[in-house]
Amino acid sequence: MVIIASTLGYVLSSLAFNPRSNYEGGNPPIPESTITAKLNHLGVNPDVPIVKRYATWVGNVVTGDFGLTIGEKSVNEEFSRRIWVSLRLLLLGSVLGSVLGVALGVFSAVRQYGIGDRASSFASFVLLSMPVFLTAILLKYGAISFNQKIGSTFFYTIGESSADFTGNGMQLFVNRLQHLMLPTLSITLGGIAFYSRYQRNAMLDVLGSDFIRTAKAKGLTNRQSLFRHGLRVAILPMATFFAYSFGLLVTGAPFTETIFAWNGMGQWFITSVQSNDVNAVSAVIVFSAVLVLLSGLLADIAVAALDPRVRLR
Amino acid sequence: MNASSEIGEKRLTRMALVRKRFLRNKLAVAGLVILVAMFVLAFAGPIFGKHKWDSLDFFNLLQPPSKEHFFGTSQIGGDVYALTLRGLQKSLIIGLLVAFFSTGLAAIAGGFAGFYGGKVDRSVMWIIDALLVLPSFLIIAVMSPWFRGRTWLIFVVLLAAFGWMITARIVRSATMSLRERDFVRAALYMGIPARKIVFRHLLPNVASILIIDATLNVGGTILSETGLSYLGFGIQPPDVSLGSLIADGTSSALTYPWLFMFAGAALVLTVLAVSFVGDGLRDAFDPGSAMGKKL
Repeated sequence: MVIIASTLGYVLSSLAFNPRSNYEGGNPPIPESTITAKLNHLGVNPDVPIVKRYATWVGNVVTGDFGLTIGEKSVNEEFSRRIWVSLRLLLLGSVLGSVLGVALGVFSAVRQYGIGDRASSFASFVLLSMPVFLTAILLKYGAISFNQKIGSTFFYTIGESSADFTGNGMQLFVNRLQHLMLPTLSITLGGIAFYSRYQRNAMLDVLGSDFIRTAKAKGLTNRQSLFRHGLRVAILPMATFFAYSFGLLVTGAPFTETIFAWNGMGQWFITSVQSNDVNAVSAVIVFSAVLVLLSGLLADIAVAALDPRVRLR
Repeated sequence: MNASSEIGEKRLTRMALVRKRFLRNKLAVAGLVILVAMFVLAFAGPIFGKHKWDSLDFFNLLQPPSKEHFFGTSQIGGDVYALTLRGLQKSLIIGLLVAFFSTGLAAIAGGFAGFYGGKVDRSVMWIIDALLVLPSFLIIAVMSPWFRGRTWLIFVVLLAAFGWMITARIVRSATMSLRERDFVRAALYMGIPARKIVFRHLLPNVASILIIDATLNVGGTILSETGLSYLGFGIQPPDVSLGSLIADGTSSALTYPWLFMFAGAALVLTVLAVSFVGDGLRDAFDPGSAMGKKL
């Protein structure tokens, strides 16, 4: 699978991209031969047959070398730096989003059509209807006008920490936290909205079923029947989503990273596509292919382990 | 969606019941009204505008909303009203087309894979896995330099082709666990052909998943289309989509809010209306839900 995915990724990006455009239109113009030499050096010259380029690329990748970016940096180094940036950004937001989302979903299913359910449903509908970039932009401008109102910078809207920052560990931590808040908030809100919708629907399906009635009939309290019998079944469909979202933590959040200027994996991918960078894009694709596969495996194991009705044949 | 239409043809009483339940849900009806209004606005609205979406008014650059330009003008003098409606048209059409194809594909693929198991299951899962390891966002973004300058229908096909897999997986795991239930086994032993079992017994039981997913797919497609267009990987200039309009407008959002406000509002309202309709349909279809029991 990874082989198919990476082949497809490499071939597609090689065919679709025109790395030459990075060097054309310079003033004074760069000589044709220099550009060709440069592209050969990077291994992305479109005139070399694709099979040959692919063979060279695979040969290097097998030894763990993903080649050079258009800017002549090592893809590997760039990679290992950006993974941590994305992880720092996404871990907190994803955990908060899924836990709070499930809790909210169960709550509003149990109190279906109550005030709490209506309010939270409406809020998550609105949030889900908003593309990530719009939420992030609104948060960003909201934060900027908030900063202007209180007259000092409380929310930082760009980057991971202030570049010119000096101070001890604790102050650095606080500074980083101020940078982290907005992007985390944008990810958490999305997560809560998403999970609570699905959890609410799954829970409602379960609440209407016979075994809950049986549980109540045999004398369990409402709470017991809901949590011991209901939630255990209702949370099953969510296992697939959890596995995927946690597997994909390090592939980054393209929009959030772009808008809040975090140099993570998602933002790297976007700039690489924009600069026709075949090697960098292929590396990101291989990486996400590996992660998606791992999460898929995790999802299957989770479903099989949790649901006694699924039999392994 | 196959499941519901099949039932609709055979047992009209159920459809009437569903319609009755749907119309009782105020939010869902409101969503439907908003959605129809959006369609009317998108396709009939340009008649009332004084400017075409692709014509420029060089004497009015960056003007706030006025009688001449209902939503103001852009940096180069484009009429934001006409541009927004044009973007809305594109986003609506793309959303509907893609959701229809991808959910249908997901139901059929997932339902049969889950019911048959064995070879069918393995081959469907192989295709799903192969497509899933490549996140659609990445692939469509990578292919964007290639379909730049070609028809936007390629974009629709790509969105649909990479959008059905997760739903299919969910449908499959649901059918796998339904397959063990007595009513499916009874149907099987009564000699009902597999195709009928899938469409009449399995898919209706996952209808809540399918309906929610078809709805979220319309919304989700609009969202991913605008997302890709926002980054410049989707609908290409000179044509516009709500995403590219928002992208153009946000650089100066604080000073010139009308540049992205209307496109943003149209986008949120549309997707919101679609989800209300979907939720209303869910409550109407699902006899197990609390609302259904009251009837």
